[in-house]
Amino acid sequence: MIKIASLSFGYLNKALIFDDFNLSVQRGETWAILGPSGCGKTTLLYLLAGLKFPTSGQILIDGQPLTRPRPRTGLILQDYGLLPWATVRQNAELGSRVRDFYGPDGKHSPADHESKNNIDLWLKRLGIEEIADQYPSQISGGQRQRTAIARTLALQPDLLLMDEPFSSLDAITREDLQNLTLDLCAEQKLTLVVVTHSVEEAVSLGQKILLLNAPPNRSARVFENPNAGKASQRNSAAYRNLCNLLWKEMHHEAA
Amino acid sequence: MKRRDILFASLGLILVWQIAAMIVNRPILPAPVVVLIVFVQQLGKGLMIDFAVSLWRVTAGMLLSVAAAVPAGLAIGGSKTLNRIFSPVVYLLYPIPKVVFVPVVLLFLGIGDTAKIAVIFLILFFQIVVLVRDQAAGLSPHLIQSLQSLGAGRRALFRFVYLPASLPAILTALRQSIGTAVAVLYITELFATKYGLGYYIYYNGSTLLDYPAMYAGVIAMSLLGLGLYFGVDWAERKLCRWKFVS
Repeated sequence: MIKIASLSFGYLNKALIFDDFNLSVQRGETWAILGPSGCGKTTLLYLLAGLKFPTSGQILIDGQPLTRPRPRTGLILQDYGLLPWATVRQNAELGSRVRDFYGPDGKHSPADHESKNNIDLWLKRLGIEEIADQYPSQISGGQRQRTAIARTLALQPDLLLMDEPFSSLDAITREDLQNLTLDLCAEQKLTLVVVTHSVEEAVSLGQKILLLNAPPNRSARVFENPNAGKASQRNSAAYRNLCNLLWKEMHHEAA
Repeated sequence: MKRRDILFASLGLILVWQIAAMIVNRPILPAPVVVLIVFVQQLGKGLMIDFAVSLWRVTAGMLLSVAAAVPAGLAIGGSKTLNRIFSPVVYLLYPIPKVVFVPVVLLFLGIGDTAKIAVIFLILFFQIVVLVRDQAAGLSPHLIQSLQSLGAGRRALFRFVYLPASLPAILTALRQSIGTAVAVLYITELFATKYGLGYYIYYNGSTLLDYPAMYAGVIAMSLLGLGLYFGVDWAERKLCRWKFVS
């Protein structure tokens, strides 16, 4: 699904963040990218989203090098990127309105794009149909995140990228939404890549966990976590062990 | 603003005016009752036409300036390069009191309505450009990136982000500039016209020395400004509903 080949990236006049970095992600996997702040995890997500481009090397998605945001990739950023002047419904519809605006040009929207209104289904699936006519300022953080998810999934992506999606939510809402996200990924057969600074979140969401170092990142350190998302997982010893291991690795890196 | 509050404010001002008129006790400051009667009489005798002409000039100036300044402000605010080139230009021209150009504009555009509308346009244009530019430049990058990831290119960003985001700034700019616009309207109507509230006030006050009629014109001008404020408030409630939710 995703193939990162000899990726190098650095911001102008700054040291490289990625130097000859390789990684490959299989379709349907859930990945968590974990690391301390400044390690380049958000940068990697932007590279995958086609909003930033490698200094050298390549990122292939479905065999195609990225030159711009890919129509079948969904991106959800930290503050959800909702339009404050649009209602929940209008925000959720935004993707299809953008696509209708361009028509099926194969560049801004998929070449097989057809205008259709499936938004009510998504509002219902995410439990926000009751607040469909409210504005983002009137709803809770969890509801905003649900709106952002509805907006992204309505475009039927096959790859979902999320940047610290649940970090500003309270613990219960966070766990709810983590479970919902995993359910939706399984249901829609999505590949998921979540960036997080929280070890627990990485272990709850990622079947594979990519730990990034202080830059430059030269090789990918990947931790296997096949039980991610299973209901029994959070109380298991394996879960706590992996958390402890990652915690130590992260602090070791920082020191 | 509530209508009731405006009524109370008007009554308060009339009371102050009445007291001032009693103290001054000269023809140059007639009592409000006298002026109000003349106001109603004058409405039938042509004040209505002057009001309409002034309303047309100021509204046309406002609409033209919005039409020109909004795209300019969005372009400058949305692009770092354009911002670097044009912001200094705007800052050099913005502080110049545009009223000084009245004779020049009259010379170039003649004595018709065009010149008067152009002066109002000049003043409002810069105020709107600056506010819209700041609004566009201050948009959260996450908002832009989210839209880009939904497939939006430049045109869709303009349509779905920049334009709606700048609406409050446009209306704020208009509201802030109504006072200036009406004041400038008065000055432009001193020159080369026989219609408009500015002309009416000047003619009655300085040529005919008909003070009650002059004050009737002042009341008309105040109502013109009030009407414009109401218009902008109405537009804001219609267009920016999200600003008024709790």
